[in-house]
Amino acid sequence: MAILNDENLAKVDKLVPKYPEKRSATLPLLHLIQEEHGYISNEAVEWVAERLDLSPINVYEVVTFYPMFKQKPGGKYAVKVCRTLSCALGGAYKTCKAFEEALGCGLDQTSEDKLASLEFVECHANCGRAPVVMVDEQMFEGVDENGARKLVEKMREGTL
Amino acid sequence: MSADAKAETITINVDGVDREVPKGANLIDAIEQLGEEIPHYCYHPKLSVVGNCRMCLVELGMPMRDRATGEPVLDDDGVQKIGWMPKPGIACSTTVAPGMHIKTKSQVVKDCRNGVMEFLLLNHPLDCPICDQAGECRLQEFATDYGRGYSRYTEAKNVKPKRTRIGPRIMLDDERCILCSRCIRFSKEIANDDVLGFIDRGSYSTLTTYPGKQLENNYSLNTVDICPVGALTSTDFRFKMRVWFLKAVPSICTESSVGANTEVWSREGKIYRITPRRNDAVNDTWMTDSGRALYKQVEADNRLRAYQVDGKASSFDAAIAAAIAQMKQGKTAVVASARASLEEQFLLSQMVEATAAVRVDMVSHYGDGDHLLLSEDRTPNLRGALLTGLINDLPDARLDGLGKAIDAGEVDTLFVVHEDLAAAGLTDAQIAKVKVIYAGIEENSSSANAKVSFPLLTVFEKEGSFVNQNFRVQKFHNAIPAPRGVVYDLHLLETLRAHMVGESPTRPTVPAVWELMAQKITCLHGLDFRGLGDLGVGVDAGRFASLPFVESKNLKHDPEKRSKLGVEAGATA
Amino acid sequence: MAIKEHRLIFKNIDVEGYTNDIACYEKNGGYADLKKAIGMKPEEICSEVMDSGVRGRGGAGFPAGMKWKFLDRKSGKPIYLVCNADESEPGTFKDRQIIHKDPHQLIEGMMIAAYAIQAKLAFIYIRGEFFEGARILERAIEEAREKGYLGDDILGSGYSCDILIHRGAGAYICGEETGLIESLEGKRPYPRIKPPYFPAALGLYQCPTIVNNVETLCDVKHVVNMGGKAFSEIGTPGNTGTRIWCVSGHVQKPGYYEFPCAALTLGELIYDVCGGLLPGRSLKAVIPGGSSSKVLRADERFTGKLKDGSEFDWGIEDIPMDFDSLMAAGSMSGSGGVIVMDDTTDMVEALANINSFYAHESCGQCTPCREGVQWMKKVTGRMSRGEARMEDVELLRSIAGQIEGRTICAFGEAASWPVQSFLAKFNDEFVAKAKQQAERNAGSEAPQALETTLI
Repeated sequence: MAILNDENLAKVDKLVPKYPEKRSATLPLLHLIQEEHGYISNEAVEWVAERLDLSPINVYEVVTFYPMFKQKPGGKYAVKVCRTLSCALGGAYKTCKAFEEALGCGLDQTSEDKLASLEFVECHANCGRAPVVMVDEQMFEGVDENGARKLVEKMREGTL
Repeated sequence: MSADAKAETITINVDGVDREVPKGANLIDAIEQLGEEIPHYCYHPKLSVVGNCRMCLVELGMPMRDRATGEPVLDDDGVQKIGWMPKPGIACSTTVAPGMHIKTKSQVVKDCRNGVMEFLLLNHPLDCPICDQAGECRLQEFATDYGRGYSRYTEAKNVKPKRTRIGPRIMLDDERCILCSRCIRFSKEIANDDVLGFIDRGSYSTLTTYPGKQLENNYSLNTVDICPVGALTSTDFRFKMRVWFLKAVPSICTESSVGANTEVWSREGKIYRITPRRNDAVNDTWMTDSGRALYKQVEADNRLRAYQVDGKASSFDAAIAAAIAQMKQGKTAVVASARASLEEQFLLSQMVEATAAVRVDMVSHYGDGDHLLLSEDRTPNLRGALLTGLINDLPDARLDGLGKAIDAGEVDTLFVVHEDLAAAGLTDAQIAKVKVIYAGIEENSSSANAKVSFPLLTVFEKEGSFVNQNFRVQKFHNAIPAPRGVVYDLHLLETLRAHMVGESPTRPTVPAVWELMAQKITCLHGLDFRGLGDLGVGVDAGRFASLPFVESKNLKHDPEKRSKLGVEAGATA
Repeated sequence: MAIKEHRLIFKNIDVEGYTNDIACYEKNGGYADLKKAIGMKPEEICSEVMDSGVRGRGGAGFPAGMKWKFLDRKSGKPIYLVCNADESEPGTFKDRQIIHKDPHQLIEGMMIAAYAIQAKLAFIYIRGEFFEGARILERAIEEAREKGYLGDDILGSGYSCDILIHRGAGAYICGEETGLIESLEGKRPYPRIKPPYFPAALGLYQCPTIVNNVETLCDVKHVVNMGGKAFSEIGTPGNTGTRIWCVSGHVQKPGYYEFPCAALTLGELIYDVCGGLLPGRSLKAVIPGGSSSKVLRADERFTGKLKDGSEFDWGIEDIPMDFDSLMAAGSMSGSGGVIVMDDTTDMVEALANINSFYAHESCGQCTPCREGVQWMKKVTGRMSRGEARMEDVELLRSIAGQIEGRTICAFGEAASWPVQSFLAKFNDEFVAKAKQQAERNAGSEAPQALETTLI
């Protein structure tokens, strides 16, 4: 498996020299890999280390620190329900439960049909529109139980 | 002789008492020099400061000055007021400053230590009964000093990997790890092998190597030494012995001319481990893994254990008689060793004189240096051979000159210390032409063909000194008894010398030999064995300073400064 | 709405027809302040910022002018400016609006600040979840570069500085400025010990670095626009400029509202601006400055002395919304995230929710935070699950005390203040919970939680 496609490789070559020190490009490179593959494999970690003149452990330490980086492939969609106080006050726990039921999978799991991975995450910084849910890069506001079920339906239909 | 001790000092106030401490010192080190301790885990004097364990929190204050005028602010009694910092601060990131006030025994400080101790033990498995670190565990020690005595923690403990072999010599128990990062910093900063790191976060942070990578560099066991708890243990020492049964004796590593200072840990005549001993002029607090394994030569299969004449075991006296008879036939050449101690080399030089030896040769043992604590010269005492006059120039790897002399019929008898003649380039024919008297630790081609063989002792079984790459004379001590029936190397050499000149031999002690050496060897004038102290003494390299020694730059050796070495070493001794 | 908003930073946000491209921004007077600034001496801008009294909007409220003054300008090393756009204090969502809806305002503010401190390079550290925000900023930067507002030889001044967008990946600790710097360097975002690593001297790449919040950098633009003195006349002395209050939780109209400091009280914000509570509900508690600020109880009296010596005696609704008043009330304005809780809220569960957040976000570097915060989470989690014990209240209080003031960074306080304040203000609820559950568990029934909504 190629670590990055040509377009992204070109981005890497442009991006790395912008930083005063190469190591700073660790996060951007990991983002590119995650965007292309949905997760960051050990091969990718080693590739980043090589590209930035680091030891693999330096990159591995970073990958495992940040919850946005996944080390295994997930579902087609990544559903992230906000769990933190304002959203919880707005009913996020119910929203999350609705997702669990609609997708038929628990937290930090991927539905059997590989449609979606479900996470209950910390604050998305959109507390005024609680409860908020991110599906991949899209933000959905005021998602109640019904909203959750509708989102799953749309994912199933491929209309999201 | 100690220039360091005269370093500039400043006054700080520790728990209400003014104390003198070295200017610019780290506060933890400064307090330690006062004979007291600020408890700490993550701080290590030879590593970068991270301040993560929070065990060294103390109260800090400075004399108050008026911000506008800069004048001291006085209290009612006319004493300058102390501006105490509102929060406790970590001693490890504090450099002492004149007038600094610290409280190490206040209620706040005690509370801090109690708190940190309680936190550290929450997820700690408390498997002390089966933990190798027990007895030398900082967690145990400080739990005794600052522990609550009971646990308020009723929740489930975190589960982490218990037995991970992270390298050929290291076992990792992540549940015991307190995440101080000493091992990570050591690997990165000292060993230059960035293989360790933390993964995940918060209380799930876990020490690990990168999948498929190992902590296998030749310094890996230093991580075990500096691990303040039982997270990193040595697979060699694991479950072998409770540390409190072991006796530690100061010694010197014989692996190379670096002469790392060590401690040899033994019980009832058996060595269980070797660890580095701090010497800032030699090895800081580190040593190689390979150096730690050298104690295995004590019980090695190829150890020469008995006196032999013509390949048959004999008594010491019979072996002496046979050797003397052989050497008295004349034309004796000596192959000296840079593995012998300074005292042994000195007595050998006297024996050379007594024997009227036709020549003295030596064999070099050079390898690749690692620019840290394994130097190119794989003998501990080449410089000793120079100082004692056994040799005047650096040796070669092969005994070609000796071989030619044998071919020319100039040599009948060879007295060989330690060296393997075949390995040093003598042909079978050349060896066959001479009678070999061999003295050494191991059986080798020399002993195989020897007329007489004398077993010698390992560094652990005797005392003496070596002169390291920086012309620093360092002493080692007897850690375990010699094998039954084997005399001290010095005794052997003195007996041979005495018999050659018809004197009755004495039993020389190391201090007694030093008295003689100090008279005879200029750069040792005024020194005695005791005076070498635990950290050794640098001596003037004199005319040898300009020899083309093979050591390249390493932790404490710089060839560029070599010519100045004698002067500097003498000055800082 | 009885009280009218005074929009300075959010002047154009949500205005009909206002778009986030540069043409629209310029049409509305954008970049005029950068042009003005470039005509000034850098130290003049710094002194205007000092005169403005503007305090950091990220949480700590430290005067921005003072922060800039500490910058080591003599080191000979490059100086860096970092915009902290890692908006992640629960309850806060103001920076998101600026980034999405008026990105050029931030860029203009940043370039003025960069010029003022003579930064060699500037960064926007934006939280990873702001995918769209990062794209908007990237585009805005390109637009600005084309117009000569950033990049080489800005507006012909000879001064050059670029902005790099750097995305985080989901870590609250990256909002701590030294954690942010470590993250920007490509390392685990472990906050640094201070001393010696004050960013103003030993920041990014061990070079002098200024880290400012998004809103603070926007304020800089307005300081240049109106002059430091005029800016300082908004609000009250020591509490200058406007604040964007992000209101969430149990109010009719949650959202973001901008007012001059001290222009309204907490009561006015909740009832007049946000339409009050849901029908039939009454106010129980307010967390006024993001989840790490101390909770205020609806029925408590706040008394004491202000900085100017005057005495105050406030109910919760009387507290003026500014830095010093909220501080006087025993809490803080923090990042401006006002979380309102009504009488249906179970305070044990609310605290358990907050503790879960901090336990998840503790970086794990230093002992008290790593172990203590997780412990507090486990205790409150257990209490919520129906296994509260009488001794838990005292235990929590003690753990929080063992964390506060003993950690590497302010996260220790951020995590322990909620616990301390919830226990101090709602001790009765915690005790009642423990009692009730002890009674319930006294029978043979297995421990059981009440129906929970928050945890």
